[in-house]
Amino acid sequence: MRRYARLFWVQARASIAIAMQYRVDFVIQGVMSLYWLAWNLVPLLILYASRDVIAGTWDFSAALVVIAWFTMLRGLLEGAINPSLVDVVERIRTGSFDYVLLKPADTQFLVSTTRFEPWKLVDAVGGVALATYAFWLRGHAPAASDVALAAVMLVSAAVILYSLWILVVSAAFWVVRLDNLTYLFTAVFDAARWPVQVFRGVWRFVFTFVIPLALMTTYPAMAVLGRLDATTTAACLGGAAAFCLLSRALWLLAIRSYTSASS
Amino acid sequence: MSLRDTARAAPTLLRVSMAEALAYRAEFLVWMLTSTLPLVMLGLWTSVAAEAPFAGYQSTDFVAYYLATLIVRNLSGNWVFWHINEEIRTGALSLRLLRPIHPFVAYASTHLASVPLRGLIALPFAAVLLYSSASDRMVTDPRLLAVFVAAVAGAWLLTFLLLATIGCLAFFIEKSMAVFDVYAGMFAVMSGYLLPLPLLPAWVGRVAAVAPFRFMLSLPVETILGRHTPVVAVELLAAQWLYIAGAAVVASLVWRRGVARYEAYGS
Repeated sequence: MRRYARLFWVQARASIAIAMQYRVDFVIQGVMSLYWLAWNLVPLLILYASRDVIAGTWDFSAALVVIAWFTMLRGLLEGAINPSLVDVVERIRTGSFDYVLLKPADTQFLVSTTRFEPWKLVDAVGGVALATYAFWLRGHAPAASDVALAAVMLVSAAVILYSLWILVVSAAFWVVRLDNLTYLFTAVFDAARWPVQVFRGVWRFVFTFVIPLALMTTYPAMAVLGRLDATTTAACLGGAAAFCLLSRALWLLAIRSYTSASS
Repeated sequence: MSLRDTARAAPTLLRVSMAEALAYRAEFLVWMLTSTLPLVMLGLWTSVAAEAPFAGYQSTDFVAYYLATLIVRNLSGNWVFWHINEEIRTGALSLRLLRPIHPFVAYASTHLASVPLRGLIALPFAAVLLYSSASDRMVTDPRLLAVFVAAVAGAWLLTFLLLATIGCLAFFIEKSMAVFDVYAGMFAVMSGYLLPLPLLPAWVGRVAAVAPFRFMLSLPVETILGRHTPVVAVELLAAQWLYIAGAAVVASLVWRRGVARYEAYGS
């Protein structure tokens, strides 16, 4: 365990060192985050210009909390998950994945920590600011217990996001040329900015069970709003654990069928 | 390289590109899946409109709008930005420059070749559009249908030229990806991809009315849904082709400037 913590630190330090070289990126990143935040709000503003409440309980400030959560998670996705994804898919395609396999450490751990983009932290800060604004609109701060529950849900959301990513990378072992996967990930994830209750029928089913976007943004937002009941919480945590195990199993299966690109 | 030679090479180029598109089916499918956003918006707005019509749009209007959007987007979308950007970054462009054909023609053939496949994927949506309750939102006026076809072709060309221009920015700046992000944000809102343009707040709507984005998606969609009279539709079509002419000039200028300062990476 200590060894892995040290390994993680070494890889993270390398990413930070690279990020420090491109300090202008910090400014670009900040401007782009603001830009996307503004565009993301357009449909919401249009919707709430003529409606006070949608899907029963979602008023403007509550929907803002979901968007805030979405912004935070997108920072996580683009800062900690996508960069490594691009890297490992490229390695599988060119065959240099062999060298990763040779290293005396767990391969899944190695490929998931190869690259970070620390400047994406700006997104997380933006998310927190947006949530603060939403609660200012609501006129009261969230209860401490709700914040604690939301923190637990954040961990579970991160686990689900990470597991989905591992599932997608595993696919790259079979279908080699998939360098555009990050676009797919981002595109699908985009739907997570809406409270899942807004959708009906097939959509809600898909976003809750197949691609569990609801577990990533809606339920954590409900937790911080004090609306999440114990059963749903337990189901969320169970779902996260199940996804985690499933992705690990598929990853091991994929590794076993890897036949290198050059041979 | 004369025009005649290009014309002679075109059928072969297209055949090769088509085979390539078929060979990389999985990648292709992923690209297709990235453009399913209209389906999500469809789910969202139909349930909002089911409670009460939204700004004059009923559920069926939204169904017709987003299905048409999905189809037009499938037929007119391309990712040449990503293609050019990648080839400049990796130096693969050098090979293209050696060939006796303008790289734009080669890129265009690659992306045109994917249109039949994309059309195939759009077919089920078209079927739903034609045979569901949304079908009475479609026009049957042959004049409007003709404008629709021309507008889809124009939308493809305008998208191609604008994206090629942004792709060529990789000759000059390292962060052309950020430029693409700015473009993508504006496109999503001002082309009608996220929302029908009439629903936009007034100040965004005023910008969207003159920006090129609506000609890349909204024009064909609103034409087939009968939201323009034939006269207005033809006027807008003329504006679209003016934009195309302008974009062609800009794209070839940027390209020429860029190639002049291109030094293949890794050589």
